Amino acid sequence: MKPNQIQEILDHPHFKELVHKKRVLSWTLATLMWVIYFGYILLVTFEPEWLHQSLSGGVTTVGIPMGIFVILSAFILCGIYVWRANGKLDALNKLLRDEVQL
Amino acid sequence: MNTMQKWGALLLTFLSGTAMAAGGDLGQTVQQATNWTAIAMFVIFVGLTLGITKWAAGLTKSTSDFYTAGGGISGFKNGLAIAGDFMSAASFLGISAMVFSKGYDGLLYSIGWLVGWPIMLFLIAERLRNLGKYTFADVASFRLARKPVRTMAAINTLVVVSFYLIAQMVGAGQLIKLLFGLSYNTAVVIVGMLMMAYVMFGGMLATTWVQIIKAVMLLGGATFMALMVLYHFDFSFDRMFGEAVRVYGEVNKTEGLKIMGPGTLFKSPIDAISLGLALMFGTAGLPHILMRFFTVNNAKEARKSVFVATGFIGYFYMLTFIIGFGAILFVAQNPQYLDAAKMAVTGKLELRGGGNMAAVHLSHALGGDLFLGFISAVAFATILAVVAGLTLSGASALSHDLYANVIAHGRSTEKMEMKVSRYATIGLAVFAMLLGIIFEKQNVAFMVGLAFAVAASANFPVLVMSMFWSKLTTRGAVAGGVLGMVSSVLLICLTKAVWVETFHFGDEAPIPYQNPAMFSMMLSFFCCWFFSITDNSARAQKERDLFDAQFIRSMTGIGADGAHKH
Repeated sequence: MKPNQIQEILDHPHFKELVHKKRVLSWTLATLMWVIYFGYILLVTFEPEWLHQSLSGGVTTVGIPMGIFVILSAFILCGIYVWRANGKLDALNKLLRDEVQL
Repeated sequence: MNTMQKWGALLLTFLSGTAMAAGGDLGQTVQQATNWTAIAMFVIFVGLTLGITKWAAGLTKSTSDFYTAGGGISGFKNGLAIAGDFMSAASFLGISAMVFSKGYDGLLYSIGWLVGWPIMLFLIAERLRNLGKYTFADVASFRLARKPVRTMAAINTLVVVSFYLIAQMVGAGQLIKLLFGLSYNTAVVIVGMLMMAYVMFGGMLATTWVQIIKAVMLLGGATFMALMVLYHFDFSFDRMFGEAVRVYGEVNKTEGLKIMGPGTLFKSPIDAISLGLALMFGTAGLPHILMRFFTVNNAKEARKSVFVATGFIGYFYMLTFIIGFGAILFVAQNPQYLDAAKMAVTGKLELRGGGNMAAVHLSHALGGDLFLGFISAVAFATILAVVAGLTLSGASALSHDLYANVIAHGRSTEKMEMKVSRYATIGLAVFAMLLGIIFEKQNVAFMVGLAFAVAASANFPVLVMSMFWSKLTTRGAVAGGVLGMVSSVLLICLTKAVWVETFHFGDEAPIPYQNPAMFSMMLSFFCCWFFSITDNSARAQKERDLFDAQFIRSMTGIGADGAHKH
């Protein structure tokens, strides 16, 4: 890439949009994952009794579905990222690359 | 303890768990009677993988084929291979054993291992793919001076790989002695020769397939075990848990219900959070894991592979939870699996062959000798898949980073580089076998901790700073990488596990912490920052100016495609 091309891309509205959207997507999902995981850990440390209570009268506790929820949320958040990034964001990226012809 | 000390102690529980779960160390084991079913199953696996290696060897012609299978692995296959690389024998046996002895805490612990993957996907995976070609040093040296940065990154890679490899070798020898009834040295030599064959002839393509086959075998075997356990209770979780609570209470002479919720794993939230962070950073700094991102064609496939890997790893941890409960139900009460002599001494529930054997005994209880043989073969295959990945990443640091880019000044020929990479593979394999044999009687648990500590304190900060911080200069990166590595190794040597238990220098360790990697990681980040901002050389200014071009490529992949076409 030549210096003028670099400046052209940096100033390109599609590039700015791509960077902005990607940042929002990555950091939102990363924050969500941290909130879910550390929220769960805080429950474990401060409210273990809450996780120990029976789910529906049987032996199974509230803690079991909570643990499974954290595992599933990791998978689902990954899915959301892949769906957005491989769909809309990659389309935008392609549009940018067609316009700057690189 | 004053408040400062308390906080310090909490922070420094950082990484202490990694050694345990990555645990190559299964302790000293006793050689068992030769298990022919297990050996027959393993021979089938070896035959199949060597056949694949022969096929892969025909396709491995260029350096790009050797390091990254020509970048032609699909996202789904790469995801399976990542899962295969990550689910070690020790995590299968260790986590199910933890559920067996502590119940819910085992699930809690395994979740910590999973959440690093989404973070890796959101922040690191596609930047890594867009900037690198064969090794993570490609990324670190993208806009920095080639020689110093590559030398530093290659040495750090070799340090991580060596410690990890020795730990795996010793673990393999012990595990195989126990499961197959082979002698320790035979086991180490078999593992060493096979990994050498896979990597030297089949390169990344063969290594990937070994990891995929192993992942499928492990997931298949674990699924079968979990289904068999649930089948006994008409697929009612509540009935299974109910019965397990009763049995657990009886055999451990305690309140059984406590296994249904969090116990004593985490003493404080900081304890838990630092473990979670440690697992993320350690994983994101392991060269053999990072290398897997270069085997796919583009960022799109790189993203897919993390999604697939996260799915399989999450599924695997749910299975190990059921398997641990299954072991409570079918193993804990069966005298065949218990070590009566040891129980008489300790007064506690003790399994034959040691605490990590819960899943192995369960496989026998559920499917007899044949299934026990299968699970033993899976454990062997698992070790092979992990050591092959490690050897390949060590060989690429030697041939691609050190030889081609530093010694030959980037003017090496493809043919020469291939030759060097094969000699490097032989060298690493011989090195691993020799040290595996030398360290037979040593406690090597600290080596896995050391590998993770160096990965988190030397590789991870440099990688992150080079991708996210425009002002990083060569001086900063080298200072951060070198000091991170040296300080993490030195600090580990001052811990109890090494100072007292390994080298017997005295009764008291110079520092009171299990794993001081938090210090060395912060030091490394600080050095990257400090030695960059104070760097006023012309070269530093040039390097800062190059960030824009790097940023565009990391975001869009412009210039990254075709990196693998040949």
